Amino acid sequence: MAANGTSAKARPLSPHLQIWRWGPAMAVSILHRVTGNGLAVVGIATLLCWLGSLASGPESYALFQAQAGKWYGQVVLIGLSWSFFNHAASGIRHFLLDIGAGFELASNNRWSLLTPLLAIALTAAFWAAIYLR
Amino acid sequence: MGNGTSIGRVRGLGSAHSGSHHWMVQRFTAIGNLLLGGWLMASLVTMPNYSYVSMHDWLAHPFPATLLGLLLASALWHARLGMQVLIEDYVHTPANSFAAIAVLNLATFGAGAFGLVCAIRLALGA
Repeated sequence: MAANGTSAKARPLSPHLQIWRWGPAMAVSILHRVTGNGLAVVGIATLLCWLGSLASGPESYALFQAQAGKWYGQVVLIGLSWSFFNHAASGIRHFLLDIGAGFELASNNRWSLLTPLLAIALTAAFWAAIYLR
Repeated sequence: MGNGTSIGRVRGLGSAHSGSHHWMVQRFTAIGNLLLGGWLMASLVTMPNYSYVSMHDWLAHPFPATLLGLLLASALWHARLGMQVLIEDYVHTPANSFAAIAVLNLATFGAGAFGLVCAIRLALGA
């Protein structure tokens, strides 16, 4: 039976990164969090800069376009598109896990490895379509 | 008095003191983001060029303007929920966590208001 004042006791902590052996599911989970929060901060900021410059008129849009065309602008945009595809791919993986599928070791490892590869392929296809237009 | 039922003793002991509603809304907005984010990426790929005129004409149409407004709402709501989890996981002091979530809420509504004003201005011909 629970003792009195259990909530005041130190709660057990789970082991952290340096203790677990790295596996595909762990990597795809961390990538999901990193890309998601990257999109939340940098992605939404970029979306609002783009919209704000468009709504402010041709001069400010030209300023946005000039920055987006520079090497650092392209790095940010390519990074954001990769983050979108990666977060979408691992998000779809989460939907499948939510319905109880894909927890067997072999299929879990296979889909964990395939989601980032799919994201890289989609990012490459996206930019190929833009650059080769 | 006793200790209550088993579920009564554990209810509210998670890090956020609630969970299933947050979890469900995270999924609903994820579906929205898949559709609307997919629409944005497909639109950007199929646009003839990124000049001011073609961008402006595109977003001045009612259908793209509506989808853009929906994308802003869905993406910001999803981002707010996701960053809340990040704060709950890594900010351990209750006061700091409260402050961070307060800033997150203000930033979300600020970003949403700005984005919608831009979208409406483009849609109604700025």
